Amino acid sequence: MEINYGKEYIYDSADLDRHEGRVIEDLKAGSRVSIPDPDAWLEEGRRNILLTSVDAIIDWARRSSLWPAICFPACCAFEFIAANGPRFDLSRFGMEILRASPRQADLMITAGTLTWKMAPNVRRIYDQMPEPKWVIAMGACGISGGIFRSSYNVVPGYNKILPVDVYVPGCPPRPEALIYGIQLLQKKIAKAHAVPDLPKLPEIPRL
Amino acid sequence: MTVALPAGEIAGKLETKFPGCFEEGGKDNLLVKADSLLDVAAFLKDQPDLKFDYLNYVTAVDYYAYFEIVYQLTSLEHNRSIVFRTRAYGRDNPTMPSVTGLWRGADFQEREIFDLFGVAFTGHPNLKRIFLWEGFQGHPLRKDWNG
Repeated sequence: MEINYGKEYIYDSADLDRHEGRVIEDLKAGSRVSIPDPDAWLEEGRRNILLTSVDAIIDWARRSSLWPAICFPACCAFEFIAANGPRFDLSRFGMEILRASPRQADLMITAGTLTWKMAPNVRRIYDQMPEPKWVIAMGACGISGGIFRSSYNVVPGYNKILPVDVYVPGCPPRPEALIYGIQLLQKKIAKAHAVPDLPKLPEIPRL
Repeated sequence: MTVALPAGEIAGKLETKFPGCFEEGGKDNLLVKADSLLDVAAFLKDQPDLKFDYLNYVTAVDYYAYFEIVYQLTSLEHNRSIVFRTRAYGRDNPTMPSVTGLWRGADFQEREIFDLFGVAFTGHPNLKRIFLWEGFQGHPLRKDWNG
């Protein structure tokens, strides 16, 4: 019955636990204020009207092949699965491919409640996604923590740890609502300037 | 359907085998003293006519004056189940013997109780927080916890 706990690894498991605790405390301490939504470049676009055919092509390509990363911490995932199924058929919008590797994804749909224990991992998935990348906060928990907002271990909104582009309310949102949110995001992407440098994104506390 | 074993049926047997193993007035609902918990648990597990070989759950309740640890066992052989309880006194450092040596499944559940109630299980092979992170202050399921 003897189980050898944590001895077969390179790192001592107690050290790993303490490290994890420090990471979570740091993330929590650095997440008091919501990260502003990354739409400063929309304003920029309005000032310098410079629409090129390259922009049009690149934006069209980007918005027509949004590949979501598989990162669904809670129950809104089922609504996403429904949206991805044959009845609602997300493939119509070019996003039927769910990417298990965040390195091949450019959209994160934050479906569900996020606990602080899980937060560093979600943050890490986001950091591993290549630019340009977008985030849809799906559901009440994704927007503000929902009914769990006052809990001791729930992140009060994904925008505390990630910059969020589109918020889709609901508990959970219907697949139609999610599809509408995705269409809004596609409209937003259509306005992006692919050619000039994007303005500097807000500073995000690094882990 | 698994039948719940009446407490009266087993209490007399335990009382004769381990005199004084029950708390005051605890004979009717199998409220075992923490000192004799391991003896009683081993007896329930190993006795051929009881053979409670499966631990359904370990959980805890905060009653301010003490923490009550609740165990439910099932005998897969006799198709019987039983619930018995113990008390861990004190709020600063309540302790309770671990039953992981008898039922391996108690491992994570005792860690959960340790995490959320702060009851330390002596003899547990890997007693550390399971849901919350290292460095979290307090134990959230305690009645007097304010987060």
